[in-house]
Amino acid sequence: MVKVEVKNLNTWFGLLHVLKGVTIDIQANEILSAIGPSNSGKTTFLRMLNRLNELETNFKMEGLVNLEGKDVRAIDVELLRKKVGMVFALPLPLPLSIFENVAYGVRMHGMHNKGKIIERVEEALKKAYIWEEVKDRLEESAFKLSGGQQQRLCIARTLAVEPEVILFDEPCSGLDPISTAKVEEAMLKLKENYTIVLVTNNVKQAARVGDRTAFFLSGELVELDKTEKMFTAPADQRTDDYIRGKFG
Amino acid sequence: MRKLKEFIIEKLILVCGLASIFFVVLIFLFLLKEGLSVFKSISLPDFLFGKNWYPISDPPQLGILPLILGSLLVTVGAAAISIPLGVGAAIYIAEIAPAKSKEVLKAGIELLAAIPSVVLGFIGMVTLVPWVKNIFHLPTGLTALSGSIMLAFMATPTIVSIAEDALYSVPKTYKEGAFALGATHWQTIYRVLLPAASSGILAAVMLGIGRVIGETMAVMMITGNSAIIPNSILQPVRTLTATIAAEMGEAVVGSEHYFALFAIGIVLFVISFAVNVTADLFLHKRK
Repeated sequence: MVKVEVKNLNTWFGLLHVLKGVTIDIQANEILSAIGPSNSGKTTFLRMLNRLNELETNFKMEGLVNLEGKDVRAIDVELLRKKVGMVFALPLPLPLSIFENVAYGVRMHGMHNKGKIIERVEEALKKAYIWEEVKDRLEESAFKLSGGQQQRLCIARTLAVEPEVILFDEPCSGLDPISTAKVEEAMLKLKENYTIVLVTNNVKQAARVGDRTAFFLSGELVELDKTEKMFTAPADQRTDDYIRGKFG
Repeated sequence: MRKLKEFIIEKLILVCGLASIFFVVLIFLFLLKEGLSVFKSISLPDFLFGKNWYPISDPPQLGILPLILGSLLVTVGAAAISIPLGVGAAIYIAEIAPAKSKEVLKAGIELLAAIPSVVLGFIGMVTLVPWVKNIFHLPTGLTALSGSIMLAFMATPTIVSIAEDALYSVPKTYKEGAFALGATHWQTIYRVLLPAASSGILAAVMLGIGRVIGETMAVMMITGNSAIIPNSILQPVRTLTATIAAEMGEAVVGSEHYFALFAIGIVLFVISFAVNVTADLFLHKRK
């Protein structure tokens, strides 16, 4: 089943042409990873899916982004962002307690029943594989957690509002290898229930967790294929060079 | 030769630096010396909490409670008007206004800050005062309320520009994080931006209030200048600053009245010092 459909997408920031005719179908319950050197447009692509690019005043787009067959521009933007959650490169806990960080989004979307909120928070923390580490210290400030724990807390915060698609924007760029492994483990479990799009600078991470991999270069989608195929027999010479680390 | 030049320049800069401290200390010492003399004839509690300010009666009655309350009433009134107005304007400029109107608004705010206080006082006297008088059916429009409104105009630019700065310097990632969770613009402002900028906004408020407490000219022109304990904001009051400005010229040098005015200066100094230190604390907490 196609969850997100991107058709012939072009975007501009001012005069800068960022994405050039990108077409991708994202299947439900897959991890699609997007790799490519910096300034290749992969983050812009990711932020198209929850319309976050629109925060820039000089942003322009052509083409189509559909979520379950419906143009994202026709969906109420708050509802869209509830359905399409996002985890950022740097863990971004709010200056609140661990519990409140997760409850924040839930309350914002209009749930005020205390028991239900507690339930939802616990469930989200469990899904993000951080519950065991924080269950006895929910009232402590989120800043006391390690970087990896903070990132999983942010994943829990995203999960708590019950999204369908989760966008990961280089979620491990600031993390050590052990924390990275834990976040990746969480992602692999999450794909059973969610559709995941992962933007990463770490080619090996894409190889480890991605079902399919998309290679972006200068705003163009060079190649999109099963991860195994891409990493053993890429169709395009540029993909091969990038994966082998000839440029980056 | 070059070394000598370096030496001279360094020392000159040192003198400049020391001079500023030196003068402040001198002013403070002079204020203390003159002001504290009043306590030979009146005790500190009598001075601060005395209900009557009749400096030229015989013997003079030097209680500054009416003046303190006058200042307080005008300041609280001005704060009640300027804080919501200023913070609201700051939010609008920092977050909501489109780029073009943002520039125009910022320039406008700067301009408002540049109006001399005596001009504001004058405008207040001929426009605001009759208006207050008619609306509330008062015998006179020269009231604490008029002073509060006028002073709010003077505090607002300070509050707007510093609070706007604080809001603007909240990392963009906070905002994106909230938006990505599906927060509306107002939810993002209210639950993320305002708390994140709160110390800067508090500092802005304190500096704005500091300006109100120290203001003299406009307040002297439109608050009615009667040194009685006010029981409503619709009565004339007299502030600490206005008292000094109005009476210093006629006080006999070396008299109790003269010393009492200096003592009022000390009280003002202490109040604005406290306000500034509080603002500073908030600003440093922010960094």
